[in-house]
Amino acid sequence: MTTVTRRAPHQGVAPAPPRPPKLTWRQRLSNMDVKWSPYVYIAPFFVVFGVVGLFPLLYTSYLSLFDRDLLDLDGTYIGLGNYTELLRDSQFWNALVNTLSIFVLSTGPQIVVAVGLAALLNTRLRAPTGWRVGVLLPYVVSLVAVGIIFANLFGPNYGLVNGILELLGFDRVDWQSNRFFSHLAIATMVNWRWTGYNALIVLAAMKAIPKEIHEAALIDGASAVRRFFSVTLPLLRPTLIFVVITSTIGGLQIFTEPKLFDAMPGSNNGGSSNQFQTITLYMYQTGFETQRLGYASAVAWVLFLLIIVIAVINFLLTRRLASTGVEDDR
Amino acid sequence: MTAISMRTIRRRATGDKRASFWVYGLLIAFLIGSVFPFFWSFLVASRDSSMLTERVPPLLPGGNFLSNAVRVFDSVPFWRALGNSIVVSGAVTLTTVLFSTLAGFAFAKLRFRGRNGLFLFVVATLAVPTQLGIIPLYMAMAEFGWAGELQAVIVPNLVTAIGVFWMRQYTAQVVPYELIEAARVDGCSMIRVYWHVVLPAVRPAAAFLGMFTFMTSWNDFLWPLVVLNAENPTVQIALERLQSGYYIDYSLVLAGTTLATIPILIVFVVLGRQIVAGIMQGAVKG
Repeated sequence: MTTVTRRAPHQGVAPAPPRPPKLTWRQRLSNMDVKWSPYVYIAPFFVVFGVVGLFPLLYTSYLSLFDRDLLDLDGTYIGLGNYTELLRDSQFWNALVNTLSIFVLSTGPQIVVAVGLAALLNTRLRAPTGWRVGVLLPYVVSLVAVGIIFANLFGPNYGLVNGILELLGFDRVDWQSNRFFSHLAIATMVNWRWTGYNALIVLAAMKAIPKEIHEAALIDGASAVRRFFSVTLPLLRPTLIFVVITSTIGGLQIFTEPKLFDAMPGSNNGGSSNQFQTITLYMYQTGFETQRLGYASAVAWVLFLLIIVIAVINFLLTRRLASTGVEDDR
Repeated sequence: MTAISMRTIRRRATGDKRASFWVYGLLIAFLIGSVFPFFWSFLVASRDSSMLTERVPPLLPGGNFLSNAVRVFDSVPFWRALGNSIVVSGAVTLTTVLFSTLAGFAFAKLRFRGRNGLFLFVVATLAVPTQLGIIPLYMAMAEFGWAGELQAVIVPNLVTAIGVFWMRQYTAQVVPYELIEAARVDGCSMIRVYWHVVLPAVRPAAAFLGMFTFMTSWNDFLWPLVVLNAENPTVQIALERLQSGYYIDYSLVLAGTTLATIPILIVFVVLGRQIVAGIMQGAVKG
């Protein structure tokens, strides 16, 4: 390294903002490495996503146009037949209602509690990290373990929850066979596992709110409650939207919890009269138990559309909801 | 207004006042709620199922945990399941971190045609529920003869959109262009720039991505359930098998659950701080 008179040109490296790029054709040619490396580096993602993500999804829609089962492995083209059958399928509608019911029972309370918990964690605590770790604990446990443990806790005969209810003078509840209570129990599992995780995300957003805004509100005489609703909540909006959307995408595909909650283990029925069978569970059942692959594909595709529709609705709702209270809403 | 000093204002405004008794009380209640199900499952696992029939269940662990654990290993191929889960999660973690840091480097620091469009595509795929494609995916695996084999669980998870997204955000922040240019001037090829400059700089985020990926993979259920079988399961599938008997022996099942949860709890106790920091950082940036 003797004298370097000229700065090396930015060979394919995007320059730091103020300096204009100076790429000559010759340098590009002399350095195929620079030109093609980026594509090589990003290729694995696109190949993997294309092969195991996009293609199966598209093929699902194709498959949903066929009547294909164990007796007819090549499948018969039936157009939209699966979809018209789906519209008349009471078990599908039942699963749809169950999914939405469990989704509402879990996502709603969960986000409210997560915001409250984040507010608690946002105070000046001793050992703040310790509390955060503790709150996150349920998140690391597998869904299967959660499902098994809660199926036991909510057991109809010897479950601890019923034991406590009885101790307190209430009646026992049949958490499995009663439709509403089974949804409540499953929503409890979801909430137990995810509330702490979401609280941490909200907490991070709370910490990111500039102190000056709170100071200004305080000088203006706003109470703590008022500041929470008029300052904190509106500024949490992007984060809440993020949390709601991810909860929607995950919550509508709920599968493990209802599968393991069944008193008849290994069954895909979601209870003796399908009282807590979700759409994904129904898809699994039609696809891999009764092996009607075309019909299961139609179920998958409808669920896919449903997720998109509800995610968009939630997006609009959260935007509206969290923006009340601020006047300069851009 | 004059009565309050600026310092008090600052304190109050930022929630910087000391947490009150009530805050601690609520948090402790929350923690008990978080821990109790684990404690309960260990309690049942350390006794025999008859405890569940007692009116007031005992609140101290009994001495049957080891014998129940031994029964777990007799009932399902649990060692095999553990080995399989380690192989699958380990492989998936390695490839996800490698491919995500590479792609993150390219998207954050390299200039190429279509960069923005392609990155936008990655972000859009975050919202795609790929789980719904399992039927054709299963058919493809069966076609390859991979059904029941571990590669059927590994290959679909080689790299994720969330990994690429995170690493792109992080790399854009922490790696200065000057460093890359300097390495180029010194004659480094692109891959050496990645290896000697970028990878060391993004190590904290890569470590978090690794932990997160490992946990997600370890806990994955639906796809392994579809494509693997009872003879060659992952831990989660073995657990589900345990519960599938006609009569559920909860001491046995919850002993298995405890066994399967202990490794991940140990990892969590050791790395909990980093996991919390990672989630909170990702939240601010994402």
